[in-house]
Amino acid sequence: MTSAIELKDLRKNFGPAEIIRGVSLDIKKGERHAIIGPNGAGKSTLFHLISGRYNVSGGSVSLNGENISNLPPYEIYRKGLSRSFQVTNIFPRMSVFENVRCSLMWVSEYKYSFWHLVDREKKLNVRTMEVLDEIGLTSRQHVPAGVLTYAEQRALEIGIAAAGGAGVIMLDEPTAGMSHSETDQAIELIRRITAGKTLVMVEHDMGVVFDLADRISVLVYGEIIATDTPENIRNNKAVKEAYLGAESEDA
Amino acid sequence: MSETTNTLTGVMSLSLTKRFGPWFFLAIGLIVLPLIFSSNISVYTMNLMGIFIIFALSYNMLLGQGGMLSFGHAVYFGLGGFMSVHFMNYVEAGIVNLPVFVLPIFGGVIGLVFALIIGSFSTRRSGTVFAMISLGIGELIASCSLIFVAFFGGEEGVTGDRTMGPVIMDVDFAQDIEVYYLIAAWAFITIALMYLFSRTPMGRMANAVRDNDERSEFIGYSQQRVRLISFCASGFFAGIAGGLFAINFEIVTEENLNALTSGVVLLMAYIGGVGFFIGPIVGAVVFTLLQTLLSNYTEIWQLYVGVLFVLTVMYVPQGLTGILAMHGPAFKMKRLSVLFVPYLRMGVPTLFMLAGISGFLEIMHHVRSAAVGETSMSLIGFEFDSHGVMPWVIVGVLAVVGGIVSKTQLPQMKDAWETANAPMDSNEGASS
Repeated sequence: MTSAIELKDLRKNFGPAEIIRGVSLDIKKGERHAIIGPNGAGKSTLFHLISGRYNVSGGSVSLNGENISNLPPYEIYRKGLSRSFQVTNIFPRMSVFENVRCSLMWVSEYKYSFWHLVDREKKLNVRTMEVLDEIGLTSRQHVPAGVLTYAEQRALEIGIAAAGGAGVIMLDEPTAGMSHSETDQAIELIRRITAGKTLVMVEHDMGVVFDLADRISVLVYGEIIATDTPENIRNNKAVKEAYLGAESEDA
Repeated sequence: MSETTNTLTGVMSLSLTKRFGPWFFLAIGLIVLPLIFSSNISVYTMNLMGIFIIFALSYNMLLGQGGMLSFGHAVYFGLGGFMSVHFMNYVEAGIVNLPVFVLPIFGGVIGLVFALIIGSFSTRRSGTVFAMISLGIGELIASCSLIFVAFFGGEEGVTGDRTMGPVIMDVDFAQDIEVYYLIAAWAFITIALMYLFSRTPMGRMANAVRDNDERSEFIGYSQQRVRLISFCASGFFAGIAGGLFAINFEIVTEENLNALTSGVVLLMAYIGGVGFFIGPIVGAVVFTLLQTLLSNYTEIWQLYVGVLFVLTVMYVPQGLTGILAMHGPAFKMKRLSVLFVPYLRMGVPTLFMLAGISGFLEIMHHVRSAAVGETSMSLIGFEFDSHGVMPWVIVGVLAVVGGIVSKTQLPQMKDAWETANAPMDSNEGASS
């Protein structure tokens, strides 16, 4: 199997504070990879570095063998990496339908077109309806996205990230703040829309992680201390100490 | 799946009347209006209205559609005006042979070119940075107009003569009514183009960038590129409006591109409502009416416009169109009649209060600014002595009593509003 994402000695510092301290990681194509770690370990920062929101301070990020370090987010997206956000990050004043449709426009090759009329592009609208159907928001399509319930917004967030059909999908805490039943639904949704794709996710809910992931990386203080299958991670002594120790400190 | 496609084709095959109806009415309205309002002053007003409608709509491509607050939009309007008036003079001198009605296109082109140049750095950021740059550029170009006299004509501006072009079908634009139809035609075309622009992938992404510029980068779009394209389109249409202004008034001066005009277009768009496509149209119509009609009756009309703006920002940020749109649900449930009497009960004392307040302002203005010894003034047909006590008492009573009475009517209006907007019972046949 070839790599989807490859990180080589990736580093990020904000002024003197080094947040990511030499992360090397190889995520294979088609793999579901989870990144876990205590609060403040740098999981979200790592996501921002891979997806282009932050510039890297050192090392490199490769997508499908191509160096994408320091490219702007839209370039990285165009190369086939799409992501969702931990804090819901949608287009609040536009309708749910429009949210999804916008996320399909670039991949449908419209680019910055001002010579197509979106309402007359049948294929685009049909595809939008399919995505809405998949994320279960068909009945809410005309509502402004800002007034959706929290769980619905999370579903939309995932929908926007996955709609474009990117080969690599990164989800930042997709189930954060959800109730049990909502979480179960979200897992189902994630499983469905990432079928056959590479999934990288940050998640706090261990149930979700062990349920979904093929491999897990544990990030502690900006360093990966272990990458392995869920069973092995569960039994890994270093992980138990570092991770659970930090968790109990939190509590 | 088949079900979703069905609903979709249902949405897409909107009946022809629904899709083209408004445009049909707009066209008919534009043609018929000068037959109804045929006096000189009303044709003058409507010409100005048409120009401002295009200008305000182009401004809303930035503010309402793209989330860019510009304090320097008159730059593109003014440059378009100067360019067109120069071309008008070229036509007169026989350098180029073009009919006058195509001249606004040159205004549009120079608006586009300058928008491209200025936008290439000002659209990197939205928000405060963009607003400050637009303000600075506005001042810069306005001061340039006094430096580059060859193009801007210095303080007296550049004049032209629109009647010197080739005469086509007996139209030489000597009369205002001919100019009216020229403006109306351009207005129709540009309104349609700007509306269509908002329905393209580009127009949709402009909204997306307005809502959340960061996320738009994670669905493949460069926020700067999206803003730049909106900005260029906006500059183009503002330039066309400027070109029409040049044809209409045959003079363009520094005043047409300074901060005052930039402020006016912001007022128009905001009063009309930036959240709606037709908002700026409403705003331009209301503003022009205030400007041309109100200024016939009072010297302090700008004060009233200012108050209207402040009240809009404070109480109805959705603008006048927003007030209308608020009545949509009640209208759909056929309950507008419920609101009629409460509005009347609220409206009449409010009118008295406003009459009192504006009477007070007018008398005060008269006392302060009339010639020495001139003490008689007239307000809505009443002649009186502005230095007497009685007028002050009357306006005072009107304002205070009107204010108090309208306040007592507030609760009943709120109740009526809630009744009108209450969700329907199932036996009333609600669809929601």
